[in-house]
Amino acid sequence: MQALVCQPAAAPALFSAEGMVGVIFLLTVALVVTGALIAVNAQRLVRAVAGLAVCFTGLAGVYYFLLSPFLAMMQLLIYVGAVSILIAFGIMMATPEEQQAAGMKHRSILAGPLAFSVGALIFAALTVLGLKTQWQVFPRQGSFDIKAVGMSLLTTNSLVFELISIVLLLAIIGALVLAQRGRN
Amino acid sequence: MQLLNLYNCLPTYLVLGALLFAFGVYGMVARRTVIGMLISSEFILAAASTNFMAFNRFLAPDPVVGQIFTLFIMAIAAAEAAIAISIMIAVYRNYKTIETDDLVDLQG
Repeated sequence: MQALVCQPAAAPALFSAEGMVGVIFLLTVALVVTGALIAVNAQRLVRAVAGLAVCFTGLAGVYYFLLSPFLAMMQLLIYVGAVSILIAFGIMMATPEEQQAAGMKHRSILAGPLAFSVGALIFAALTVLGLKTQWQVFPRQGSFDIKAVGMSLLTTNSLVFELISIVLLLAIIGALVLAQRGRN
Repeated sequence: MQLLNLYNCLPTYLVLGALLFAFGVYGMVARRTVIGMLISSEFILAAASTNFMAFNRFLAPDPVVGQIFTLFIMAIAAAEAAIAISIMIAVYRNYKTIETDDLVDLQG
C-alpha cells in the first residue's frame, strides 16, 4: 500500500506517550465531528453557533497535530473568538424570537434527503479520491517554525499580505456602510 | 494499534476535510435561514484549510506555504462573515425576516 502516507509508519503501544497522543487526537477528531453535526442539524440557530465554536476548537487541535501551533492559536483567535461571536451577534440582532425555533419548518419534502444525498455523494467521492491517489512525497527543504512564516510573509508573500490588509479594510468600511443604510 | 497512529497519516486528514466539506454542502442545501447558510459556508472554508494544512505537513517541500495559505483563508473568511452579517442586518430591517423562502422579491 504505497498510497497511504504515514510518517512515521510504526504504530505506538497504547500505554506509551505516543499512544496517549493518539488517543488525544481521536478525541480531537470526535470534537470536530460532534461540533459539525450540532452546527448543521440544530433546530435553534444559537445552538448551531455553539456547535460551530466547538468544531473550530477541535480544528485548532487538529492544526496543532499538523505541526503548526501558530495556526492553532490563530484558529482559536479568529474563528472561535471573532467569527463565532460575530455570528452570535448577528443572530441576536436579526432574528425574531419565534423564528429562532422555526429552524426547518415548512420546507419541501425533498430538501432533507436531497441535501443528505448530495453531501454523502461528495464525501464518498472525496474520500475515495484521497485514499486511492498515489501521493508523491517531496524532500523537505524549509522548516515549520513561526520565524519562517514571518519571513515569508514579509518577503515572498508581501504583496498578498498588503492586498489582504486592503481587503480587510474594505470589508470593515463596507460592513459599516451596509449596516448604516436604512437605519432611521 | 494502527488506530493510535492515525495522526501521522495523511488520509486521516483528507477524510476529515471531506467530511467537513460534505457537512458544509449539506447545510447549504438543507438550512432555511441565511445565518444557517453562513455557518455552513464556514465549514466549507474550514475543509479547504484542513486539506492545505495536511498537504503542507506531509507532502510539501516548503512547509511555510500551506500555513500562509490557511492564514489568508482565515482572513478572507472573517471578512466574508462581517460582510454577510451586515447584509443580513440590512435585509432584516427591510423584510423583518431572514428566511430564504421569504426573500424572493426578484423572482416576481
